[in-house]
Amino acid sequence: MKVAVLQFPGSNCDWDAEHAVRDVLGISAHRVWHKDSLPGETEAVIVPGGFSFGDYLRCGAIARFSPITNDLKKFAENGGQVLGICNGFQILCEAGLLPGALIRNECMEFRCLNQSLKVEQSNERFNPTTLGATLSLPIAHGEGNYRVKDSILTEIEDHGLVFLRYLENPNGSMNDIAGLRNREGNVYGMMPHPERAVESYHPSLDGLSVLKAFFAPLLSSRAVELSSKG
Amino acid sequence: MNMSSTVPPPNPDPCLNLEITPELVSEHGLLPEEYEKILKILGRVPNLTELGIFSVMWSEHCAYKNTRRLLRLFPTEKRDKEAIGQVLVKAGDENAGVIDVGEGWGVAFKIESHNHPSAIEPFEGAATGVGGIVRDIFTMGARPVLLTNSLRFGSLGSNQVKRLFRGVVSGISHYGNCLGIPNVGGDVYFDDCYEGNPLVNALCAGILRHEDIQKGAATGVGNPVYYVGSGTGRDGLGGASFASRELTEESAEDRPAVQKGDPFMEKLLLEACLEMMSIPGLVVGIQDMGAAGLTCSTCETASRGDSGIEIDLDLVPQRETGMNSYEIMLSESQERMLVIVESGRENELERVFEKWDLHAARIGQVREGDRMVVRHKGVVVVDLPAKSLTDNAPIYDQPASEPDHVVRARQWRLDSVPPLAYDKVEESLKKLLNHPTIGSKKWIWRQYDHMVMSGCMVEPGSDAGVVNLSIAGIDKRLAIANDCNNRFCYLDPYHGAQIAFAECSRNLACSGAKALAVTDNLNFGNPNKPDAYYLLKECARGLADACVHFDVPVVGGNVSLYNENNEGAIDPTPVVSMIGLIEKPNMVTRSRMPEPGMEIILLGGLPHELGASYHLQVEYGLKDGKVPEIDLDAEVRLQSFLLSEISAGRISAAHDLAEGGLLVALVEMLFGEPLLGADLNFSNLGSTMRLDCLFFGESQGRVLVAVSTTDLESLLIQAREKEVPAQRIGNSTNSSNLKVRVESKEIFNADVSELQRSWEDAIPSRMKDN
Repeated sequence: MKVAVLQFPGSNCDWDAEHAVRDVLGISAHRVWHKDSLPGETEAVIVPGGFSFGDYLRCGAIARFSPITNDLKKFAENGGQVLGICNGFQILCEAGLLPGALIRNECMEFRCLNQSLKVEQSNERFNPTTLGATLSLPIAHGEGNYRVKDSILTEIEDHGLVFLRYLENPNGSMNDIAGLRNREGNVYGMMPHPERAVESYHPSLDGLSVLKAFFAPLLSSRAVELSSKG
Repeated sequence: MNMSSTVPPPNPDPCLNLEITPELVSEHGLLPEEYEKILKILGRVPNLTELGIFSVMWSEHCAYKNTRRLLRLFPTEKRDKEAIGQVLVKAGDENAGVIDVGEGWGVAFKIESHNHPSAIEPFEGAATGVGGIVRDIFTMGARPVLLTNSLRFGSLGSNQVKRLFRGVVSGISHYGNCLGIPNVGGDVYFDDCYEGNPLVNALCAGILRHEDIQKGAATGVGNPVYYVGSGTGRDGLGGASFASRELTEESAEDRPAVQKGDPFMEKLLLEACLEMMSIPGLVVGIQDMGAAGLTCSTCETASRGDSGIEIDLDLVPQRETGMNSYEIMLSESQERMLVIVESGRENELERVFEKWDLHAARIGQVREGDRMVVRHKGVVVVDLPAKSLTDNAPIYDQPASEPDHVVRARQWRLDSVPPLAYDKVEESLKKLLNHPTIGSKKWIWRQYDHMVMSGCMVEPGSDAGVVNLSIAGIDKRLAIANDCNNRFCYLDPYHGAQIAFAECSRNLACSGAKALAVTDNLNFGNPNKPDAYYLLKECARGLADACVHFDVPVVGGNVSLYNENNEGAIDPTPVVSMIGLIEKPNMVTRSRMPEPGMEIILLGGLPHELGASYHLQVEYGLKDGKVPEIDLDAEVRLQSFLLSEISAGRISAAHDLAEGGLLVALVEMLFGEPLLGADLNFSNLGSTMRLDCLFFGESQGRVLVAVSTTDLESLLIQAREKEVPAQRIGNSTNSSNLKVRVESKEIFNADVSELQRSWEDAIPSRMKDN
């Protein structure tokens, strides 16, 4: 087992994420049920999109109490690579692995569109040189409006933790934030869906570069060449 | 010893001792002669619960009592036994039909209406409409892979219509998005005839292996009957009979008859059921508790299995206290299923549902004989022959008479409207583009997750939705289209229904897909009125004849009658939905013109009719005229030509002419990023051709295709050989202007970005302040 794709009740992009990682990128990936523990050989975790626990209470609020979330926190604290997409991002915020919260879109409606994104100079993996200056990725959410205390927002910006910003803000997020990482550089959260931009018939192939950037440490340590079938 | 102690005290349950009066019978929507039939079947007076059961099972919604004879006209299998798309499960046999799509894979698909609930409570009505159709699909053992819907509303002028429209769209969005099934398209019309009677028809398609097809039959005496999913409450009581009458002022008080949906619960139920069905040999029969809930699922499974069934209501998970047997049996609480498993393997089912934290209660068993027996609090409350509910429902042939407006429409003359002046063409085009039926539907589809499951190949708004199944490891592409122009069906029901079929199939062909099978949703008014029944009958005949002609069978569907209120009935709306298969990945074709410098070819000949068009509507407020001619032979030739040219790689974009006619179809091909322009030139039109007919007429069997200059000659040669009229009418440009010349004279030069704005604003501008 290399990549664990967590499956909460109500997750619905788990299959997509597993497909993109396993079938398109050719990296071994498996879904792990929320009541099970994280397998010891896990090298990276994707917390996929969907409606974990039906978004009851708040998005991601109940998933943080799932047994697997304790394992996830330990995994992240030990430097494990974690990527939360959409509802996964919301869960990471609720679990305290990333700051802030995602609330209802300003337009009060769900939005499913291709979105142009600006790549920020965030770290050695996520920057305009490795990813290109702009990306086009789909969004699909009703609650992607990123909110955080002003003092923390300043800290986020000072440390270059934002790695993706909307060029046209679809949800009212502060500072147009679409993707955010922690200071250690091992926990990433983003509202756009990279797993939906990996095939030739998708609106773009930009999801591949995002996923490759995320998996880079894991791959370089083993000197494995990524081969894309996309 | 006191003698009275041996006589049991009178049962306090009103379901058992309430006197069945003629008023009570009529309140249950049963006719006196239908009640007589019940007395004969039972040989005694039914109790209230039994009366309720007959009432829902013999409603139009469950028994098709006014339409069964008409539905028999539809072909249910393919004549050509070698062709792809053979029917594996026929219409009406199970919860949904299934067709073969090759390599051992099948597709289960069906459309179903939730019109009446949506009229009262648009959000919940539409949401539970999606929930119901998705359950029909996974009950078959199929993994749902796409959703679409067919919606009809009144004009977007009134606040009430806007409220319904907003509520329905957000209900569909709420439920479908949470399930994670892509909603890849649909069709929406706005017409005064739907004011107060919106139509919400939801479709779902799923994939499965042939050997995994599940049956809704209770077999094997002693096999346990399980209830899985949500608890039962009082919501949706008698929804099936509610859906089988006209809406009145008092209908708002019927709110309890509208169900409340929980898409999260449905997602769990979907995953748990598919996991359970993947265990070999465990499931004997399975049926969703949709219309008529526990009643329908028990009697239908018993009837299909030629057996009896017994259940104990005390074992049914309930989320309200003090429910009586009538309420439990007739509740339409959502997200529930009935499952019959192999005796002795109960714990295998229970383990799955425990994993998903769902109820799984053993409520009864399959029994000898043919009775459906229900116990409550230790007393038998229902004891009926199961088949009497499913097979003995009355069937009616209603009197039909041709409505006057149909006769008048045939006599309509083109010269009753003045010809269109050259300088009015652009203005007329903008009006059409700004009509909500024709304008962009992005306001709707941006609220639907159309990309989940990573298979969406064509952005919504093209001629058909296309889904790639590679996520499931299947090298196949499904296409889906819905169609029905109510104006045509109102003015000429027989040909209107044929046009709905032809257009749907043409949309698939334009997308590169071969049509395989149909699911239809017959939305009509009160069948007891001869005018309304005539429209229903003629539409059914027209659709059936078209299906036979194309050898495309109907594998399921739904009938929704009584769509009328004090203001009158809706226009006849036989929604046709068709599933198709795109043979090769490079055959996926979009309506968007790929680049400037492409030749624009019109297939099918110049449009020359104006009757029943949207042009008559927006210019003169007319719903009148002779419906365009439909030539099914020509249509077959056109569509097979399209597919062979797409397969040969000569067609880069294709778009069929529909509402609004030629110029609307053309500019829709130019819209997008980057905006394109076109130069069109029409000559040798002859003295009788009118510009309004040419540009805005809705003649059938017309398609615009974009072809590269190098392929032009070969395509035209092929067209001649296949007897498909084809003519070059112009080319695309990078100027973002639409220039039109007629007989060498430039009659207008429009800015395409302005046209696009009219088209994009059609819905948002009307929804702004609401």
